[in-house]
Amino acid sequence: MSSDVHTHDPAHDHRHGHAHPPHAEAPERLSYYQVMEIAVRELLIAKSVFAAEDVRRAVEAMDARDPAQGARVVARAWTDPAFRARLLADGTAAVRELGYEMATFRLLVVENTAKLHNLIVCTLCSCYPRMLLGLPPDWYKSRAYRSRAVREPRAVLKEFGTVLGDDVELRVHDSTADMRYLVLPERPAGTEGWSEERLAALVGRDCMIGVTRCHV
Amino acid sequence: MSAVEPRFAPGARVRVRRADAPGHIRTPWYIRGQTGEIERLCGAFPNPEELAYNRPGLPAQPLYRVRFRQRELWPDYAGPAADTIEVEIYQHWLEPAR
Repeated sequence: MSSDVHTHDPAHDHRHGHAHPPHAEAPERLSYYQVMEIAVRELLIAKSVFAAEDVRRAVEAMDARDPAQGARVVARAWTDPAFRARLLADGTAAVRELGYEMATFRLLVVENTAKLHNLIVCTLCSCYPRMLLGLPPDWYKSRAYRSRAVREPRAVLKEFGTVLGDDVELRVHDSTADMRYLVLPERPAGTEGWSEERLAALVGRDCMIGVTRCHV
Repeated sequence: MSAVEPRFAPGARVRVRRADAPGHIRTPWYIRGQTGEIERLCGAFPNPEELAYNRPGLPAQPLYRVRFRQRELWPDYAGPAADTIEVEIYQHWLEPAR
């Protein structure tokens, strides 16, 4: 950011050679696709295809999901070997036991071991197991992550603090179509005898995408 | 739902078509023309290239997970030979390979 001090209105024209810090309330120009989304939504409401209330409810349901749901799935798999086996064999059916529906998608759960590390990306857009993890983080949708996760995944992992030995196979999953992926991280050492709730509190979003390991 | 018969079994060598088709294509550019191995058949799904234009996408296309070796995709790949990438690809984008 520029160091020169200015006393003028920050919501002005920006063509004067220095940057301003982002301002949450600054008026924004809508992008082409934002304008199109608004136009299509208003048209569908005007034609009674759905109501504004339906849109509000759908947004609320999406916002209500968060990584705690995925963490509950992971903690159950760590404590219940039969559930773990069902989860790896048919993720969609196994998470339904816990009340989670994958809608039209199928869930594939990929397990990290001492010899195999799994990493999830969607190079085409932002496919993500939203039913279990909520909305994806901004970096997951960034062009940098989407291209580098397939091209130089070990460098990307290192930036997240995850260093893999050469004896560990790194398997990148490009989520291009109808499957959705959840990484089952390795259970950390020193958690023997922990309750499912206590284990679930350890499991963060990033280790279920595969950019980190799960730590105590 | 009508579906196309699967052509490939797990372990089969396949090449991704090097095609430049317009529209809503779910086959990433970096994988076109590359050779890999069928990891599994995921089932049959309506063709997204048709769904995108509000057509039924039937008969459904078999969808596979295809495994590629990173060192074959990127000649300068900085990692062990065992590193892989798996991509979901619809059958009409695949052809047999040796």
